[in-house]
Amino acid sequence: MKVIVNITLKPGVLDPQGRAIENSLYSLGYQDVSGVSTGKQIVLDLDETDPARARQKSAKMCETLLVNTVIEDYEITVMDEEDA
Amino acid sequence: MNISVITFPGSNCDRDIITAVQDITGKPPSLIWHKDREIGSPDLVLVPGGFSFGDYLRCGAIASKSPAMDGVYSFALNGGMVMGICNGFQILIETGLLPGALIRNKGLKFVCRDTNLLVGNTSSSIMAQMAEGDEFIVPVAHNEGQYFADEETLNKIEGNGQIAFTYAPLNGEDDYNPNGSALDIAGITSENGRVLGMMPHPERMMSDIIGGSDGRALLNAVIEASQS
Repeated sequence: MKVIVNITLKPGVLDPQGRAIENSLYSLGYQDVSGVSTGKQIVLDLDETDPARARQKSAKMCETLLVNTVIEDYEITVMDEEDA
Repeated sequence: MNISVITFPGSNCDRDIITAVQDITGKPPSLIWHKDREIGSPDLVLVPGGFSFGDYLRCGAIASKSPAMDGVYSFALNGGMVMGICNGFQILIETGLLPGALIRNKGLKFVCRDTNLLVGNTSSSIMAQMAEGDEFIVPVAHNEGQYFADEETLNKIEGNGQIAFTYAPLNGEDDYNPNGSALDIAGITSENGRVLGMMPHPERMMSDIIGGSDGRALLNAVIEASQS
């Protein structure tokens, strides 16, 4: 079962990379862009058929290793079998 | 006197800290590989700088889950003395032994230069051999050294006297904070005062012929503190 974890910086945590991208977009003429932020995506293939259990396991992995909850938020998407 | 140095794949300041310890104490430290869970009961554990596990995921994140750090974690919870330098500081933060986070430098650049460190609170046992207001010139070399914590945590560590070192101007210059750290924080201690993490590298300022010996004095103070 495929699980996608999207990790973003918590609001209020300085995102210098996002700001650099925003500045670059701005200088390219995209002056209507604001609030650019970056994050990362981690894709897991779990040996698990129950979506609820897959979500639970992934959440535990996030809390122990994948995410630093001091600065990051995460969102777990468990893919349906047909999507995966 | 027993001092241990942990090495991870990607550590690159371990040799420097080993030489520094040997130079100060006249005795080589014990070397611990990241796969060893048994770290024994040394007087002081040093977690060196570098790029453990290639800085993958987050700086220090993978190393913080290694068997050796598991051992260091229990050692520290039982009152053991631990000092982490640069990547070692990042590792101690990721293990949860120190509060907050170290994020990308504000200026987006790897910063490698001397900084002037001002000693903050010395009520912790690991800082006991330094005096508040002492200054040390020690270089930083990092990309992710900006100390970050929410307002509540910052107030708490300040109130508890956990701010060990701050970056301070030497000659009134404005850009004394190399990375945008909150409250100019360069190093902090744990709540029990026995774990110290700092971004600057004292082991790179060991002798006047390489630019100064302030780092030697700083390390000497920590080693002395571990003996009492």
